[in-house]
Amino acid sequence: MHPAFSVIFFTTASGAGYGLLFLLGVLAVTGQLPSHNAAFAWGSMLLSLGLISAGLLSSTFHLGHPERAWRAVTQWKSSWLAREGVAALFTYVPAAVFAWGWLFEQRTDGPYAVAAGLAAAGAVVTVFCTGSIYNSLKTIHQWHNAWTMPNYLLLGLYTGSLLLGAVAVLTGLETGRGFSLYLLGVLLLAWAAKAVYWHFIATTHHPATIESATGLKHLGKVSVLEPPHSSENYLLKEMGFQIARKHADKLRKISTLSLFVTPLLLVVASLYAPMPVSGMALVLAALFAALGVVVERWLFFAEARHVVTLYYGASEV
Amino acid sequence: MTMLPQKTGKKLGLVIDLDICVGCQACAVNCKEWNTGGHMAPLTDQDPYGPAPNGVWFNRVHSYEARGACGSQTVHFPRSCLHCQDAACVTVCPTGASFKREEDGIVLVNEDKCIGCKLCSWACPYGAREFDEVEGVMKKCTLCVDRVYNENLDPEDRVPACVSTCPAGARHFGDLGDPESDVSRLVAERGGMDLMAEMGYRPTNKYLPPRPRKRDAADVGAASNQLNPVQDQSSAFLKWVDKVLSR
Repeated sequence: MHPAFSVIFFTTASGAGYGLLFLLGVLAVTGQLPSHNAAFAWGSMLLSLGLISAGLLSSTFHLGHPERAWRAVTQWKSSWLAREGVAALFTYVPAAVFAWGWLFEQRTDGPYAVAAGLAAAGAVVTVFCTGSIYNSLKTIHQWHNAWTMPNYLLLGLYTGSLLLGAVAVLTGLETGRGFSLYLLGVLLLAWAAKAVYWHFIATTHHPATIESATGLKHLGKVSVLEPPHSSENYLLKEMGFQIARKHADKLRKISTLSLFVTPLLLVVASLYAPMPVSGMALVLAALFAALGVVVERWLFFAEARHVVTLYYGASEV
Repeated sequence: MTMLPQKTGKKLGLVIDLDICVGCQACAVNCKEWNTGGHMAPLTDQDPYGPAPNGVWFNRVHSYEARGACGSQTVHFPRSCLHCQDAACVTVCPTGASFKREEDGIVLVNEDKCIGCKLCSWACPYGAREFDEVEGVMKKCTLCVDRVYNENLDPEDRVPACVSTCPAGARHFGDLGDPESDVSRLVAERGGMDLMAEMGYRPTNKYLPPRPRKRDAADVGAASNQLNPVQDQSSAFLKWVDKVLSR
């Protein structure tokens, strides 16, 4: 599948933004938010809502008619894309109440805690809808499987957690050993989910074949004799995008290194290093993961093979 | 509305005979010609006379070779929207631009509502939908909804453009929901099949498989034991003919 930059930016940026919003909401509900630190409050809230909004806005850039984007929330009864839009818009309401209480009233209790809880729930629901858009497409084996959803949820949580750590450090808060240990756990979970996903798509493929696509199985092995057109068409450009295996392997290594290995070392360093160094390690970890998750998401599209390519001679999808 | 109708009055669709199709591309050309002025008009092209032409077509004719125990066989294969009963292209649409008609099952796009998100084309396993880069909306086969009910046309012309133009009679149009219709009978008689039935989209259009090849015909034409020199024949008459002709 063609990796559209606007969609890669949207899913990674808003994924991390929702991850951060979820964590802030949970911390507020459990009474662990430092309400006295205005820099942290403004920094984390603006980063979270900023990433979410920039991502949502960017997702409209690849549309043929961005001015009609408002229509995309009407068909929530059947469409995961519409549900995502509805969930994203609804999440703004409790998030705004939560932000108001925390930023202007310095309160995260009572009704503001309820709003924070709802914002956290909305964040999870929205990322779940994003994952479901891909997960529900039976035409793409690399998306229509049990590992797509855990990847979206865990990578959103993981990158959001790193952002939380980075903002805390940059606004002069002490994150503590407990937080570093938590980061380690989320990192390993997200890495495991991604590794299982990569193993799954490397070892399995879609049940459809060129024989079932053409219905000619009874005649024997089917191959393309002549293509239907002499130059590329929309289908080949959009669905036929393929990345050479050697590049895919390299990019997986880059992604693994930047998204998991380097942050792992940096988080471990934050456990043992003294304060200014341990803080900077967490900030660096967030920067590396940001690059890594973009490469990961690019691969998520580039490695996805659509069944329509069978008609054009793909050996398996 | 992107919820699929529980049940459609008719199931209008095509039956394509892979035994007859000669791959002449006339259906694809007439489709483009009619529809660039029809319901989904225009079907735009970019660089149509340049080195890399690219444009919207509703019908693409592939040619395949099938190699089996009986040798190899060429099959020409027109591919277009199958107007599925469980059309995922309709249910994924976030705006309601994609819909399946309750009265006849035709799947259409309302271009005024389409935001061009392309998700419907991702959901279709058959490659039936092509994005119009110029107009910024998705386009697809309309089953010539603007012909089949068109009272300004002669009754015999009230069929899709691809069907009316096929010089070989490989394409048929009718109500596949009515078991007594000509197309339904043809499907029953010839073992009409669903493409990628395992996907579960229940396509309305059916394909008729190529008939089994006549082995003896192939033997007469090309089998090596028929190509032996005449003198190996035991017939005295043929030996005499060979002798005379060899002088």
